[in-house]
Order: sequence, then C-alpha cells, then structure tokens
Amino acid sequence: MIADRIVLTLAATAVILVGGWAYLRLGDRALAALPRGGYRRLAPWLFAGPAVAMVLLALAFPAVVTVGWSFVDDGGGFAGLANYAQTLSDEVTRIALRNTVLWVVLLPTLAVLVGLAIAVLAERVRYSALVKAALFLPIAISAVAAGVIWSFMYDYQPPGAAQTATLNAVVTALGGEPVAWIVDTATNNYALIGATLWTQAGFAMVIFDAALRSVPGELLEAARLDGASEWAAFRHVTLPFLVPTVVVVATTMTVTALKAFDIVYVMTNGNYGTDVLSTVMYRALFTAKDNGLAGAVATILMLTVVPIMIVNVRQFRRETGAA
Amino acid sequence: MAAALRRIPVHVVLIGVALIWAVPLLGLVVSAFRPSWAVLSSGWWESFALPGDYTLENYQRVLDRDGMALSLFNSLAVVVPATVLTVAIGAAAAYALAGMRFRLRSAVLLTIVALIIVPIQITLVPLLRVFNTLDLTGSFLGIWLVHLGFGLPFAVYLLHNFFAAIPRELFEAAEMDGASRSQVFFSIVLPVARPALAALAIFDFVWTWNDLLVALIFLGGFRDVAPMTVAVSGLVASRGDGWEILTSAAVLSVLVPMAVFVALQRHFVRGLLAGVSKG
Repeated sequence: MIADRIVLTLAATAVILVGGWAYLRLGDRALAALPRGGYRRLAPWLFAGPAVAMVLLALAFPAVVTVGWSFVDDGGGFAGLANYAQTLSDEVTRIALRNTVLWVVLLPTLAVLVGLAIAVLAERVRYSALVKAALFLPIAISAVAAGVIWSFMYDYQPPGAAQTATLNAVVTALGGEPVAWIVDTATNNYALIGATLWTQAGFAMVIFDAALRSVPGELLEAARLDGASEWAAFRHVTLPFLVPTVVVVATTMTVTALKAFDIVYVMTNGNYGTDVLSTVMYRALFTAKDNGLAGAVATILMLTVVPIMIVNVRQFRRETGAA
Repeated sequence: MAAALRRIPVHVVLIGVALIWAVPLLGLVVSAFRPSWAVLSSGWWESFALPGDYTLENYQRVLDRDGMALSLFNSLAVVVPATVLTVAIGAAAAYALAGMRFRLRSAVLLTIVALIIVPIQITLVPLLRVFNTLDLTGSFLGIWLVHLGFGLPFAVYLLHNFFAAIPRELFEAAEMDGASRSQVFFSIVLPVARPALAALAIFDFVWTWNDLLVALIFLGGFRDVAPMTVAVSGLVASRGDGWEILTSAAVLSVLVPMAVFVALQRHFVRGLLAGVSKG
C-alpha cells in the first residue's frame, strides 16, 4: 500500500506537469490556426479557463446551492425562513453564535497585541532570533497537532493526584486548586482560543515585523533627538505607519476565528458549551443529516464574512486601478 | 544602569512570551519519548531529573497501528499532487489575468479576490452530494479537485500580484519576435516567477497537509486513504490511548510540514507577506 501511494504521488505529479504543458502548447497551436482576432479573444480563456471553471464548480455554484437549500424543508418544499428559525431557536446554535462572537473579539485582539508587541520589542534585544523562532514554529503545526499539544497542556487530575500536565502543575505549585480547563465552562472557550492564538501569533508577528521595516528610521531618530520617550516615539511615529497592517492582521484573524473548526473538533468536539458555527454545521451535516439546517448555519457563517469580502474587493480595485 | 533597569520589563515580556510558546512544544517532544508508566506518574519536566528512561517504543507502537504509517503516505499522496495542480492551474490563470486584455478580465479577478475568504463550509453540502453521485468520495482524485478549487483563489491572487509587477516589455519583446502565448509563459513568465511559485507551493503544501475539515468530509469514512490529520484526530477521539501515544503521533504528523517550513521559511514568509500585505 505504501509503495502504491509513492507511485501514485509521483505518477500524478508527472501527469499534471506533462498534461499541463501539452494542454497549453497544443491549445495554443490550435488557436493560432484561427484568424488573428480569434486568437486574441480566445487565448486568455485557454489559460484562465481551467481555473475559472474549477472556482465556479467548487466554490461559486455550491455556495449558491447551499443558500438555496437553506430555504428548503425536508420534503423538498419551500420552507421560507423555517430552517433559520429552527436553528436560531436551538440552544446549541445560540451557544455557538455566542462563542463565535467571543472568538471574533478575542482572537484578532490578542493576535495583534502579541504579534505587535513581540515584533516591536524583539528589535531591542540581542536574542531576538530565539524569541521570533519560538512564535514562528507553531505556524507549521496543524490545528490537530496543536489540539493534542494543548489538550496535554490543559489536562486535569483531581486534587491530590500528581498533576502531570504543565498548566495544572504550575497552578498547584503556586498553591492553587487544579482547574479542569477544557471541561469547566468558565475557562474552556478561552482555553480553545488560547490554543488557536498559539498557532496564529507567529503570522501576526511576521507581518508586523515586515511592516516595521517600512517605518523611516530618520523620523524615529528625529523624534528621539527632540527628546521624545521611546513610548512617545512608538505612539506618534511608528504606530501611525502600522495602522494599515493592524487592519490586515485583524481581518485575517477575524476570518480565521469565523472559520474555526479543527481545534474545537479535536479538543472538545463542541462539548461543554464550546460549539462554534462550524462544528454545529458539521454535526447538522453528518449526524442529523439535515441539509436545510446545515445550509442555514453555513449561510449565517457566510453572511458574517461578506463585509470583509466587500472591503477586500474595494481595496483591490483601488490598488490595481485597472480592475 | 538606570537604562538597563528600565529595560527589565522588555526582557520579562519577551522571555515570558517565548516560554509560553516554546514550553508546549518542548512538552510534546519530550513526552513522545517517555515510556507510558513515566507519563502516567510524573510530569514531562521531571524526566530531566531522571535521565535515561527515554524510549523510541512509542513511535514503534504508533507506526504499528492499523494504517498509521500508511496515513503518512496518504498525506503525501493528497498534498503533493493537489499542490502541483493548484500552482500549475493558478499560474496559467494568473498569467492571463496579469498579461492579457480580454472581456470579463476584471470581473474574473474581482470574483477571485472575493472568493479568497469564503468559508468553505458554505460549499460542503452540495459538493458532497455531487461527489457521492460521481463516486468521488474517498478517492484521491476527488480530494485533489476539492483542494484545487479551494486553493485557487489565493493562488491566482498571489501570482497575479507578482506577475503584474513583471515589466510588460519582457512579454512584448518576445511576442514581437513571434513567440506564442504559451512560449512566453513557459520560457519567460515561469522562470522569472520562480520565487513566487516556490512561495505559493510551500504555503499550499503546509496548508493542505494541515487541513482536517476537507479530509474528514471527502475522505473521512475511508480508513485506507485517511491522511495524518484524520488519523491523529481519530486517535484523540477514541480516547483509549495514553499521552505518550498521542504525543508521538502528533510529532509524526508535524515532521514533514515542519521540515519543509524550516528548510524553506524564507520563501514561506515571502508568500505570506505577498498574500496578506495587499489583501
């Protein structure tokens, strides 16, 4: 079986590369036989066609169908807003909505704070490479592995037993009672968001780190010569330059928070009041097998990203001018 | 002296954050090498005081598990072709969008930018239905196509930004000499764009390797094609194993993306920055 997989990987890669090359070369030659105007008109579609077709088939059409199904009942009749009413009146969805709001508020805020603080402060010490590496490595770690790592960090043994998990060992060493971080509803959502922050803060740091290099050094020098404190120089010189970057990082993290699924699925499977919209939808799809309900939850999720989508498109238009 | 004192808070924040980020990873790696009796009775940090009881047995046990070793290769069989497909088809489209004028060009471009952040959840129900009808669920071909569709908007966006920055005279000079579009694409655009292609490939590789949701839905029910993320989350869900098994499975699942990432991090960072700094 393992040998099969290796052969498949190599063969598929070869077929894609050779096939892609042949498609463009032969297609190009076939189009060249057309009158000049035909070539000009059709050549772009030779190149863009496959991507456009895939995006329409895998994203655009299914999205439209999902929105449509969210108005259809079990029997296939028009349900109006019944699916929405059903899902919104359900306690589970309400908890998921509340948690999703919590994620959307906390994850971007914390990622901006940690990423910005480390990017700015690390420039002032000699061991900056080590600090950056510590934040950077978790970027490559899947949410599944991060789920294992943090379930292990948060693990709980009853008071009196040896605390073999890091966090409760620290808590008990400081004289506290061990906390069931993942089960206790007072802490579990924060615990999940914290685990996600651990995987995402490196992104924020890298982006801020790059943006900091665009701050003109002469301006900072001038501010310092005028007697500004380090904080004042940061506040009045550096920060204004970073505002667009803060917006970029915050939007990216907002989308990450809205789409959150893996960490919750692995660490709690939505139990103990930790559901988010994605886990509710996954269960509607696979456990309840209710397409209308799953469609309604997915549509709610989709609606939440529409404002960000509009901002992105506007900004892209402004930047490219032509489009 | 006063200046050094004032810098103490800076050190406290930096070292504190670095520890919070490094300790979980250290705990994972250390525990993965400890025997099960030790993991049950003491914290991983205590193993430094009792050296000598580290073992490779956990990895042996994980790999002997039903399909675990196979899962590593399933991940490769999912990720490598999906990444190559996304980069190839994305590059062709980005070249058309950046280097040619045609009707609907800006409509296509704006749609793609809008679709970058669409939550894939919105597509899952109808896609799964169609895949069940076509018998594509549980097949590698099926999951390549899904990853391709979901990965393309970002791929086209990133490469378009890069291609748009290539001086147009480069293309035009070649076209004057009678080169066709595909000749320009293969002999000028792709070689010039190598850094961007590398950045996208690495980004896509790590992203696809770490995916759980798509694999759960389109491969999930079929054990013999399950990639590492599905296999490890299955181990966690079954709750029958000690931490030494879960941690060593997690270590195995991050080895490949971590190696790719560390070896090629400069490209990865470039891809990351090109992807977000403009969006």
